[in-house]
Amino acid sequence: MPPKTPIRTLSRYLFRPQSSLHPRCQHRPRSQRYSSAAAGARLNGTVEYDTTPLLSHSSRSALSNAELPADVRQGQTKRINLYTAVNEALRHALQTDERVLVFGEDIQFGGVFRCTMNLATDFGTERVFNTPLSEQGLVGFAIGAAAEGMRPVAEVQFADYVFPAFDQLVNEAAKYRYRSAATGVSCGGLVIRMPTGVVGHGALYHSQSPESLFTHVPGLRVIIPRSPLQAKGLLLSAIHTNDPVIFMEPKVLYRAAVEQVPVDAYQLPLDKAEVVKPGKDVTIVSYGTPLYTCSAAIAAAEKDFGCSVELIDLRTIYPWDRETVLESVKKTGRAIVVHESMMNAGVGAEVAATIQERTFLRLEAPVKRVTGWATHTGLVFEKFIVPDVTRVYDAIKKTIDY
Amino acid sequence: MSLRCGIRRIRGQQPWASSGWVNGSRRPSSVGFQQFRSVASTPTAEKVLFPGALNSRFTNTMEFIRPALRTEAIPTYRVMDQSGQVLDKEVGVDTEDDLALELYRNMVCLSIMDLLMFEAQRQGRLSFYMVSAGEEGIAIGSASAFSPSDVIFCQYRESGVFMQRGFTLDQFMNQLFANSKDAGLGRNMPVHYGSHELNIHTISSTLATQIPHAAGAAYALKMQNQQQPDIAPRIAVCYFGEGAASEGDFHGALNIAATRQVPCIFICRNNGYAISTPTSDQYRGDGIASRGAGYGMDTLRVDGNDIFAVRRATKEARRLALENGGKPVLIEMMAYRVGHHSTSDDSFAYRQKVEVDDWKRRDNPITRLRKWLEGRGLWDEDKERDIRNRLRKEVLTAFEKAEKEKKPPMQHVFDGVYEHLTQEQKTHMEELSDILQRYPKEYDTEQYEGGAAAFRKFCEQNR
Ligand SMILES: Cc1ncc(C[n+]2csc(CCOP(=O)(O)OP(=O)(O)O)c2C)c(N)n1
Ligand SMILES: [Mg+2]
Repeated sequence: MPPKTPIRTLSRYLFRPQSSLHPRCQHRPRSQRYSSAAAGARLNGTVEYDTTPLLSHSSRSALSNAELPADVRQGQTKRINLYTAVNEALRHALQTDERVLVFGEDIQFGGVFRCTMNLATDFGTERVFNTPLSEQGLVGFAIGAAAEGMRPVAEVQFADYVFPAFDQLVNEAAKYRYRSAATGVSCGGLVIRMPTGVVGHGALYHSQSPESLFTHVPGLRVIIPRSPLQAKGLLLSAIHTNDPVIFMEPKVLYRAAVEQVPVDAYQLPLDKAEVVKPGKDVTIVSYGTPLYTCSAAIAAAEKDFGCSVELIDLRTIYPWDRETVLESVKKTGRAIVVHESMMNAGVGAEVAATIQERTFLRLEAPVKRVTGWATHTGLVFEKFIVPDVTRVYDAIKKTIDY
Repeated sequence: MSLRCGIRRIRGQQPWASSGWVNGSRRPSSVGFQQFRSVASTPTAEKVLFPGALNSRFTNTMEFIRPALRTEAIPTYRVMDQSGQVLDKEVGVDTEDDLALELYRNMVCLSIMDLLMFEAQRQGRLSFYMVSAGEEGIAIGSASAFSPSDVIFCQYRESGVFMQRGFTLDQFMNQLFANSKDAGLGRNMPVHYGSHELNIHTISSTLATQIPHAAGAAYALKMQNQQQPDIAPRIAVCYFGEGAASEGDFHGALNIAATRQVPCIFICRNNGYAISTPTSDQYRGDGIASRGAGYGMDTLRVDGNDIFAVRRATKEARRLALENGGKPVLIEMMAYRVGHHSTSDDSFAYRQKVEVDDWKRRDNPITRLRKWLEGRGLWDEDKERDIRNRLRKEVLTAFEKAEKEKKPPMQHVFDGVYEHLTQEQKTHMEELSDILQRYPKEYDTEQYEGGAAAFRKFCEQNR
């Protein structure tokens, strides 16, 4: 909590016009203020975005990424946050492909998370525009536009609000190509972006990570980037691919995750998980925000237990890169899956079952899931529900000791 | 049932020949365009017999309905003008002096609470807040026209409804702080109030979802009104913004409410914005009121800055809603969202400050009622200063008290998802409790009532 002003001084504001109240930018992350870390914590509260090995803090480390095309690796980088990376990808797509459209609720002024800043001004409101407040309307609209040859990138304001569009996504977007069959029509080129995940104070309807509801549906690609560099490349691939994509952006990372990102445009593979930290004894499979939790837990565990942990970012949650995960587990013999959303029928269930089917004889311990519990994200209870450094650390310990 | 057999069944029943087939038996005797009956079914008939438009006459002029060419919008109902002068002396304000003073007090109280809580959020003492500035009269005026037993569904900018129905400052503050006395058990974001005693369902952040709920609840009330004739009849009420009215849920709700003729008042707060989206990007029709006619619903547009108009319109809507067993009514309350959308929003990123200042100067439900009270000799500068001081103190006292309370006990992480805890949840509870026990320094559980020990006990009791 910030220092407390005596409450009586509040009353001074009473007769002031409201405009004198210092305006803030949208959804400035307050997660630190409402941070879950207890005063004496050693593990929880150790996610440091400024130093985490998951972000490229130097230009050189960004350009050393072997997935980048050679010419991009010769180029410049710029230090930007995740929402700016999304903005740059959208800007590049709008600039290079006149089929690209960007729309959604409140996106014209920049969007509530600032991802579409200046795009309407620069590309005009024929291509970048506000939609009426209807997710089923705007997603269905995007599907129709895609089916007629455009490449719409539609925004749903929060992943929690995608459900009115569930029918459009599951019954229409996912099945368009299969249904249209030999007529050759599809809605490839469709991208539905949405901010996802917890931020510390989002409660029931600004916290959800509904990826597993979409990974159950063949026909949709589900992507969750972990960082600005990843977001830019994966979003450009998403716009480029001829399959409909659900692109979920961890909203707590919009401002928190800052790194060096190539200035030039580039695409990242949609069929490859990435080993972000090699290791020998345990494999942790995760994606999005929890990767930072895992990374901090791994640092503590490696120090305390002298073990070596491999960390894999799934990136494309469906269809997912089974080979990279299975190769890793065959090597380490132990696996943990970490995600924010609930355990039941979650992505972890799918990954754990696949590992068990394909590497059973190599396993030294049961595949462990560290996930949200079977409940909703009550406002003041979030920190007990979402996997934290302590729980991942403990899972590493238990898996090694098994 | 095959299509053909279905047609045969309809023919056999001759539904349009029987009286009031549209919605069962209890229909008003007046003949509306949906209730036309007994037209000769001859090739020379003047009117159409298509089952989908019963009272349509034939015409050989091809004239598209062109709403864009209409210059006159649906009028906005007022009782008093901007200076607080009553327009129709015969009708008056239809409100006793005492009640007018109560409404004024509540509007001022709401605006004071809003200013203080907005600032408290800026200081980091609340995670979130939403003000009602400019819309106090809509919530408080309409709520004053309902029976306490009427059932209410809100969006989120209707704190005035809670206040007018008796939600106390302590209850507001307990919810805002999500403390152990919060009826929401600390689960919901600030301003997502709910009260069973006051018959107001707990607010959900998902827009428009409450609109069909209100229709269904109103149908439940319609049945209960019939089944329990000795209990005073009840209606359902639903509030929502003009932005939310774009959701499919709105359209589904109004249509089913009309076909089932439910006693429900749909109150749209049209404040010109949905976050940054102006109404010009939201719809092209004549506001939300124009849609009422499309669903065959009694509809009125009202000046939301005129609390007497809001009250009279709502009273009359309630009477209509209960007429002949029930029917839905739509009221579009016009306003301007003076404040930012919420504490997460800076509205000057999408609208000019002068636009807001202009509106603030031009009109406001609080000053308009004050002018009326002053004109009637019921109010003056001293009374104003007095009440503001008193209310400010009351809000601050409740604020300080609520801030000191602990958070609700940790068992509420899990209970209430189902009526009874599941096997899986019990395993998860054990796992969490075990972590809390082995890593006590990592968690601040003391701020929760009973701390980790109470949670462990809860787990043991539920093994
Ligand atoms: C289904 C859904 N979509 C989007 C949102 C995000 N959102 C919250 S409030 C809001 C604007 C609502 O505007 P309006 O209905 O006019 O109410 P007002 O805020 O003006 O009172 C939006 C888009 C949401 N809460 N729910
Ligand atoms: Mg509005």
